[in-house]
Amino acid sequence: MSTLKGRNLISITDFSRDEYIEVLDIAEEFEKNPKQKILSDKVVATLFFEPSTRTRLSFESAANQLGARIIGFSDPGGTSVQKGETLHDTIVMVSSYSDLIVMRNPKEGSSRYASEVASVPVINAGDGANQHPTQCMLDLYSIRKTQGTLENLNIAMVGDLKYGRTVHSLVQAMCNFNATFHLVSPTELKLPSSVKMSIKNAGLKYYQYTDLREIIPTADIIYMTRVQRERFPDPMEYERVKDSCILTASMLQGCKDNMRILHPLPRVNEITTDVDSTPYAYYFQQAQNGVYVRQALMAAILGAR
Amino acid sequence: MDNKKEILVSAIDNGTVIDHVPTDSLYQVIRILGLERYNDEVLMGNYLASGKLGRKGIVKIRNKHFSVDEVNKIALVAPFASIIDIEDYKVVRKYQAEIPDHIDNCVRCANPKCITNAEVVPTRFDVVDKENLKLRCHYCEKFTTKETMKFTE
Ligand SMILES: [Zn+2]
Repeated sequence: MSTLKGRNLISITDFSRDEYIEVLDIAEEFEKNPKQKILSDKVVATLFFEPSTRTRLSFESAANQLGARIIGFSDPGGTSVQKGETLHDTIVMVSSYSDLIVMRNPKEGSSRYASEVASVPVINAGDGANQHPTQCMLDLYSIRKTQGTLENLNIAMVGDLKYGRTVHSLVQAMCNFNATFHLVSPTELKLPSSVKMSIKNAGLKYYQYTDLREIIPTADIIYMTRVQRERFPDPMEYERVKDSCILTASMLQGCKDNMRILHPLPRVNEITTDVDSTPYAYYFQQAQNGVYVRQALMAAILGAR
Repeated sequence: MDNKKEILVSAIDNGTVIDHVPTDSLYQVIRILGLERYNDEVLMGNYLASGKLGRKGIVKIRNKHFSVDEVNKIALVAPFASIIDIEDYKVVRKYQAEIPDHIDNCVRCANPKCITNAEVVPTRFDVVDKENLKLRCHYCEKFTTKETMKFTE
């Protein structure tokens, strides 16, 4: 029986390195054989206090394929939540109807709080700008699948490294696997010092760049994120830097054969569409991997693996 | 000097004296210790002459003995405060307030989007840097610092 049985997944640091690997191994099994009715006696609650169609469908598809029944809401409109019920009371109530709660809520820290109130395990499907650990798990899965390993890789993170929560989580997770980090961002959107400290504390190296072209020849993974105009107080500044973090097919000359491009999606224009047909594009498969990883997490947490 | 102090804030027979409180922190100390709702004698003095601080505050709480964890919270605003336990007019214990590793309840999270600011959730923090006073919220994982620190009512 897995050490993950009955556990919550709120923040990526809740799991150990070995537990990440365990989840990835189980996910691999579900990728080969996704329809296994091993949760047919379970009820999974998906509570989306803000809409996120992509994430909700991925979780619900995962639960469905395992035979679980699903209850919940896709946005709080028309529910008791909108009538002013506290998160505390909603969670206590839903705990009595379900075996596992998947929650997305714009309030930061809401998932940790829910896990302390709930009598069943809670999976965080995003708590505002704070954490979205299942995204990180599917990023790890995609990295391992494309590289054959998580160890000793050159990971380039590109775009908004300051506010991008997926970036912070992935850096923290990859600190367990002897990665070298190549950080490409406008100077205004550099990785926060607390995250750089995690890299240093793990005894690993990072390099900072402002031009994406510099990391093309060394990267095993290029993890692209969107640079939002709203992040810049001065629109002129945005205009000046916006092209420095855009990836086009012609820039990929001289990259490693094994290099793959990831993106948490949705993309806007930071990866031009001519990249999609290159062998390096992996972002659409990456999203599909989310279903297997979420199947693995639900199965392990509910003791079916 | 000691005589002068006695005149300004009289001695207590039993309880706790909190000495060497910075003058601008006295009322925060009172709030952190919940003394606004304490139903026995509380004696306070502020801007008293002190060799150590120039001017200082002092609080005497009659018939109250704090646990170390309870009283250590005041180190957030009064890092050099001395805590003196008094029994029968005698000093039975004297120690310095020390910033604890965890702080529950008394500080508000500086992140306006934090769940603890949206619902009635008691705050919990890990102290990640005692020297520069940096707290990490157990819930939203954001930092609250000396500059952004506010205390719960
Ligand atoms: Zn907080």
